[in-house]
Amino acid sequence: MNTLIVSPSPHVHGKESTRRIMGDVIIALLPAVLVSIWFFGLSAIHLVCVSVLACVVLEYLIQKFLLKGKSTVGDLSAVVTGVLLALNLPVCSPWWLILIGALVAIGIAKMTFGGLGQNLFNPALVARVVLLVSFPVLMTGTAFHAPESGYLFGNSDFASTAMDAMSGATPLGFVKEQLAKGVAMEEIMATPGLSYTQLLFANMGGSAGELSAIALVLGFIYLLCRRVIKPWISLSILATVFVFAGALYLGNSSRYLDPVFHILNGGLLLGAFFMATDYVTSPMTTKGQVIFGIGIGVITVLIRTFGAYPEGVSFAILIMNATVPLLNKFQPKRFAEEAQKK
Amino acid sequence: MRTFRMGGVHPADKKISKDAAIEKLPLPKTVYISMGQHLGAPAEPCVAVGDKVKVGQLIANATGFVSAPVHSSVSGTVKAIETVKDLAGKPSKAVVIDVEGDEWMEDIDRSQDIVREIKLEKKEIVDRIKACGVVGLGGATFPTNVKLSPPPTATPTCVIINGAECEPYLTSDYRVMMEMPEQVLIGGTILMKALGVDKCYIGIEENKPEAIKKLSALAPHYKGVEIVPLKKKYPQGGEKQLIDAVIRKRVPSMGLPVDTGAVVQNVGTAFAVYEAVQKNKPLFEGIMTVTGDCLENQRNFLHRVGTPLSFIMEYSGGVPEKASKIISGGPMMGKAVVNIDAPTLKGTSSILYLTEDQTKRKAESNCIRCGKCVSACPMGLEPYLLNKLGRASLMDELEQHHVYDCIECGCCSFTCPAFIPLLDTIRQSKAAVMKIMKSRPKK
Amino acid sequence: MNTTIIFTIATLAILGLLLAIVLYIVAQKFKVEEDPRIDTVESLLPGANCGGCGKAGCRAFAESAVKEGLGSLHCPVGGNPVMQKIAQALGQTIEEKAPQVAVVRCSGSCDKRKKTTVYDGLATCSAIASLYGGDTDCRFGCLGRGDCEAACKFDAIKINPKTGLPEVDEEKCTACGACVKTCPKQIIELRNKGPKGRRVYVACRNQDKGAVARKACLAACIGCGKCAKTCPFEAITVENFLAYIDYTKCRMCRKCVVECPTGAIHEVNFPPRPAAAPAAPAQAKPASEPEAKKVDIPVEKKN
Repeated sequence: MNTLIVSPSPHVHGKESTRRIMGDVIIALLPAVLVSIWFFGLSAIHLVCVSVLACVVLEYLIQKFLLKGKSTVGDLSAVVTGVLLALNLPVCSPWWLILIGALVAIGIAKMTFGGLGQNLFNPALVARVVLLVSFPVLMTGTAFHAPESGYLFGNSDFASTAMDAMSGATPLGFVKEQLAKGVAMEEIMATPGLSYTQLLFANMGGSAGELSAIALVLGFIYLLCRRVIKPWISLSILATVFVFAGALYLGNSSRYLDPVFHILNGGLLLGAFFMATDYVTSPMTTKGQVIFGIGIGVITVLIRTFGAYPEGVSFAILIMNATVPLLNKFQPKRFAEEAQKK
Repeated sequence: MRTFRMGGVHPADKKISKDAAIEKLPLPKTVYISMGQHLGAPAEPCVAVGDKVKVGQLIANATGFVSAPVHSSVSGTVKAIETVKDLAGKPSKAVVIDVEGDEWMEDIDRSQDIVREIKLEKKEIVDRIKACGVVGLGGATFPTNVKLSPPPTATPTCVIINGAECEPYLTSDYRVMMEMPEQVLIGGTILMKALGVDKCYIGIEENKPEAIKKLSALAPHYKGVEIVPLKKKYPQGGEKQLIDAVIRKRVPSMGLPVDTGAVVQNVGTAFAVYEAVQKNKPLFEGIMTVTGDCLENQRNFLHRVGTPLSFIMEYSGGVPEKASKIISGGPMMGKAVVNIDAPTLKGTSSILYLTEDQTKRKAESNCIRCGKCVSACPMGLEPYLLNKLGRASLMDELEQHHVYDCIECGCCSFTCPAFIPLLDTIRQSKAAVMKIMKSRPKK
Repeated sequence: MNTTIIFTIATLAILGLLLAIVLYIVAQKFKVEEDPRIDTVESLLPGANCGGCGKAGCRAFAESAVKEGLGSLHCPVGGNPVMQKIAQALGQTIEEKAPQVAVVRCSGSCDKRKKTTVYDGLATCSAIASLYGGDTDCRFGCLGRGDCEAACKFDAIKINPKTGLPEVDEEKCTACGACVKTCPKQIIELRNKGPKGRRVYVACRNQDKGAVARKACLAACIGCGKCAKTCPFEAITVENFLAYIDYTKCRMCRKCVVECPTGAIHEVNFPPRPAAAPAAPAQAKPASEPEAKKVDIPVEKKN
């Protein structure tokens, strides 16, 4: 007979593990990655590979040599950060920009706080925002251009038409620019390349992960089915943006963008599905999660409409990340509580 | 289909022993009948070394309100009254009896006939149950007569019979429902009479369709008895969860289940009540499952209380080579066996063998604040937070976060993707906080 | 010069000044009058806030000392020198207390006490103790998970990974008693340090019958009573198959150490015995197994 193992109950464990969860998130991000590879070929592959590699290697090096602790790269969380970072960068980002991003994400946003589970802010988003503020030209607008080597495969005509029309800016940046020039919203929206169909399947502006709304929704559905996340944060963000932007639009449709455009555009879906729902930096309870989502929605629309930046999802999520410890004060409804009220 | 409304997890079912009919276990040479078979004060032996005892003879008296008498499960000579180690290796007093033949007390009705007519009156029923040493067989082994004498502040409205058997692997309750369905129903009727209520629900999880079918077919003959199929979810068989699932009422914090009007009894207890009241048979036998994926033959046994576990293991083919952990009870709330020579108790419901792969805990990693423990907690607590507070020994905060509500079901540890032993710390904190709360002067 | 900079500095300076004044007034106005001696006593105390005196911390000790007198109050960390100073400051007199030290009363190291189960839960002694007797057959012995180490504020007690037992650093130990309180097996005891730090004690807590104890651990006290018979000062009592040496009676003759068949009685800080001295089995050859087994015979006789 073996030497008996003795432990307190429970004696069995479910299938869940950090690694499995992270693996699921990576699978959920695949459609978005594939879409960007479809359109940009080598440069997208380059972006994703460099980003993931940089994140994993950095995490390993920091844990091994700086913290002198056990390495936890096996839990795949660095890979997730890498993929998310890649999806938050323009496709043609130079390698050093990606490297700086990875260093900020892993080195500053994650490890300084104590590694996985301890960070207050979403690492990939911190990196994006640091890069956005430090290298605004590379990160927005004109940074998006066709790679000189041409497209590996995919629809180059389609991309170049859309791009020409918008002179290389992201759709939101383009709209903001035009509005500043005093062009009426109806006219702006008539620009080719801003149609909903295009936004749904492949809008050509912005970061690698913002190309296709459909791809992001697919990933989101996968996460829901696998019960990795609950839908409350994402839904409350989308609902808030829709309602808030809708109210503005109803008020003055020639000044403000229509709500559907808001939702389909830019990093909102990426943010709502994959960034805001990050376990570590979002509240635990449903109540907290809904408030968290509403906050992100409101701040996003405020920044997009009235702020200096055309895009505000990253800022909104980071601001709300800071409120999470407070939102975690909301206790879940207790089993026994209700009975007492009765 | 009904179920409890908060938390819960879905461990794999694994009822691999469900089709094994109950077998009578042969008598061992010596039985060790523990005096601490129940929750509450241990019983006091009333036999002396050298005394001849018969099956069913009283050998120890209850020593308080929450206590139960103990009866001999065999006939023979009292060899010693000494301390024996229980399955956790802790010493407890026991009466050791050398088995000689199998001579039963004459007043026990040993016929197979089902006695349907309930002759005893309300008070007599409770007294008989008490005298026969019937305790709850769902795990806590709380003396049944105490549950049937609710405090004057509570008015019972119904009996709920727990046939959920939500723990994976265990099938003893299922076998009772399949082989003794009428006895269970009569037991329920007796319990209704004892409490003076006219409603009895039998909650059965949907993974036991045959039992639901069998009991539903018989139930119409018994007035007031209703079969309630329940969705499969752990910990459905928890008293508070079962009450919530069946009658949609919640036991208040630190309150008694009977505050909701419901008195919950296990299927096995209902059967024991039937035997005590209708057959005058004290509780000295139990039905237990011997199972495990690494075990060749899955069995369900009728064992005499006090049989050494090692005897049962030997009889059922020995400890499988691959087994690394032996559990008495289910994998979620059962106790790990340290001493395989420990005797069975009234409440022993299984011997479960788990292999190292199945049970060895993985190394703990950082909490990723996924909130899965919060969603899984059937009491609506925040296990991740309690774990953190517990490790820092912050007793006031632990109390503020209601650590005392924890029912130790293990859902949090089961679900944690970072393999944090949440319940281990919470259990410690709970004990410490309860101690502080109890030491406080009452207002 | 840039006026903006000057303006900014000026504003901040004025603001700072104003707030400082406000703070000063508030501090003066809401000042709590306290016996100044409390501060004096507190400054004399070591400031460890260990709770070894039974009070919540050093401040609480000082308050109690000033308000209720020193009485039996004693700061184990500061010891007699600090207590004398405090007594002087308060104009009281106190008795000298013998300095104490934490003593680990278990010698069931990994090689003497076989592990019989694999514990696989939360790695604290309290968790194990609440579940079962421990992962060896001795249910009285040290569990080795270091609850004492975690409780010690002075870094004075550490689990030795080789033996699996805690070891006390006598230099650092202040006898605050935190480890004594936290140990679920009551292994640790505060004992008088003794002259030149010399001590003789029974390093075992096993209260099982001799044969059972012996089977579980080679270093267990089997309750044979030889030590008690040998002791010329009646310092040793045997109760529940376990010997205990009363440190107030023990005169350090060390006869019991030689007599003990299992080496459960430890002597510390004594000079090495002369080689010709009558065999001191377990103490001299602690690791030799066959030697230890030979001495098993008297066990059965005694029980």
